[in-house]
Amino acid sequence: MNAERANRLEKLIFEYSVPGRGAEDQWPAPVESAAVEDLPEPLRRARPPLLPAVSELETVRHFTRLSQLNFSIDTNFYPLGSCTMKYNPKACNQYAMLPEFLARHPLAPDSAGQGVLECLFELQEMLKAVTGMQAVSLSPMAGAQGEFAGVAMIRAYHRARGDLERNEIIVPQAAHGTNPATATMCGCVVREVPVDAEGDVDIAALAAAVGPKTAGIMLTNPSTLGVFERRIEEVARIVHAAGGLLYYDGANLNAILGKVRPGDMGFDVIHVNLHKTFSTPHGGGGPGSGPVGVAARLAPFLPVPVVGRRGDRYCWLTERDLPQSIGRLSAFCGNVGVLLRAYIYMRMLGRDGMARVGEFATLNANYLLARLTRSGFDAAYPGRRASHEFIITLKRQARELGVSAMDFAKRLLDHGQHAPTTYFPLLVPECLLIEPTETESKAALDAFAAAMARILTEAAQEPEHVTSAPHTMPVRRLDDVRAAKQLDLTWKPAT
Amino acid sequence: MSKVPTDLKYTRTHEWLRTLPDGIVEVGITDHAQHALGDLVFVEVPEAGRTVSLGEPFAVVESVKAASDVYAPVSGEVIEGNPTLAGAPETLNSDPYGDGWLARLRLTGTPAPLLSAAEYEKLTAEEAD
Repeated sequence: MNAERANRLEKLIFEYSVPGRGAEDQWPAPVESAAVEDLPEPLRRARPPLLPAVSELETVRHFTRLSQLNFSIDTNFYPLGSCTMKYNPKACNQYAMLPEFLARHPLAPDSAGQGVLECLFELQEMLKAVTGMQAVSLSPMAGAQGEFAGVAMIRAYHRARGDLERNEIIVPQAAHGTNPATATMCGCVVREVPVDAEGDVDIAALAAAVGPKTAGIMLTNPSTLGVFERRIEEVARIVHAAGGLLYYDGANLNAILGKVRPGDMGFDVIHVNLHKTFSTPHGGGGPGSGPVGVAARLAPFLPVPVVGRRGDRYCWLTERDLPQSIGRLSAFCGNVGVLLRAYIYMRMLGRDGMARVGEFATLNANYLLARLTRSGFDAAYPGRRASHEFIITLKRQARELGVSAMDFAKRLLDHGQHAPTTYFPLLVPECLLIEPTETESKAALDAFAAAMARILTEAAQEPEHVTSAPHTMPVRRLDDVRAAKQLDLTWKPAT
Repeated sequence: MSKVPTDLKYTRTHEWLRTLPDGIVEVGITDHAQHALGDLVFVEVPEAGRTVSLGEPFAVVESVKAASDVYAPVSGEVIEGNPTLAGAPETLNSDPYGDGWLARLRLTGTPAPLLSAAEYEKLTAEEAD
């Protein structure tokens, strides 16, 4: 977006600055000058920092206007496949913001934080119970770091056994998109395995790919194709027989919550995206959280710290207790504020509630798939029942009408619907990956299906209106190529 | 319909090969591939001197839709990577078989079985169904 256009939407807060103006009531309390003088001279700033000089009301209006440009789960249906954009109950925020949680210093002694430690310990226990794993560490700061920790543990396990040749990670085409990057970051070589026409892992290709160099396989179940991997037990048998371990990407845990556990499918290690399944804030650069769970044989390698219990007291377990740990991934213990939100969510749901999440996530996806296919859309895997998400392919519409998946995605915005994930997985041409989640009502699903049907009619009658969408958003269609090539990152007005 | 020059050889993963008069092999991605990827915003070509083996990812093409590996259609030593693509990745969209070539290689082994233009055309037609 060019600077002129952005200014028409909402200026930078610095551009409202008038020298001398301010919101003094909001300033922090003045620091005693004696305390300032304790700081070494070179660390003290000579000039005040460059802050916007704006009144309190101008600040409120600026940020309120910015927030009105958001297209979010709090305002619209958001079926972004693979991302599980479900509604996070406000109670999770409210209770995690209790002053007793907020004011605890991370370096306070264990004796002064038994309540927080108990919550974290119970969160570890609940994650173990729901994933079927034997031990959990909460310290990874995001899903990506959880993945990193998982593969790092697989490598540490093989190394500890003197099995030094195992450096290959098998990644089926239906695995989560981040998996090859994780394996590469951990120093492994990625071997891709195809899936068959029905979306299951090609067993013959897998059997041919495993061997003495196999460190493990990364997959998610249900897969990124929106279907349950039916031969998962066979996959586990083949990989284990070759000496490799199974890594479960928690991306699609929402579909099976309370119904079937990765540990029971034969997985050795899992990371859980708390922001997808357990109601913590999504993305935008964090704060995130990606706890890892492991089978017994990987437990010694868990990242530290983890919360332990001695008698009726809770304590941090560190490198002293887990000398084979892959180490620390964050200062202190991950993002405790985020972990508390997941804890509260899980306590509110309980075991039965979790099973209902899995059931309704799946029911909603299958209902929406049925409605869309009845309206003339093509399922990518027509013979298969959807998991919590499903793929439609617009290959036929692109060829016959010249209207692409991206055009549908953009036009949906005009109908008050957030676009589904587009062009992912790469395996399916002109695809939309649609995940309605369990928190949407039938009316919301019907409205989305109706919008899709209207766009399909429009694509046949007036295609240029679809290919030039959106028409009602604050910005029209962006020039993706120019945006990627000419980064326009402004943090203060040009002087 | 994508262009498929008849004087080139092709792979099932949408790379093309041209044997130059001095025996050096020029490699790129097909018109079909660049069309499927959409407007390219970044291309990474291999450095001269690097040894690549058949099937190994040896270049990266990134569009607004996706980032994809390009697989080496032959084993060989890289003589040069196309220097213009770093600054002008769109060249690959506009001229995939000419100025948009990715790398030039000296063969170190026998190439895997490659597809003729007719065979490649048949493959892309099947994919479009």
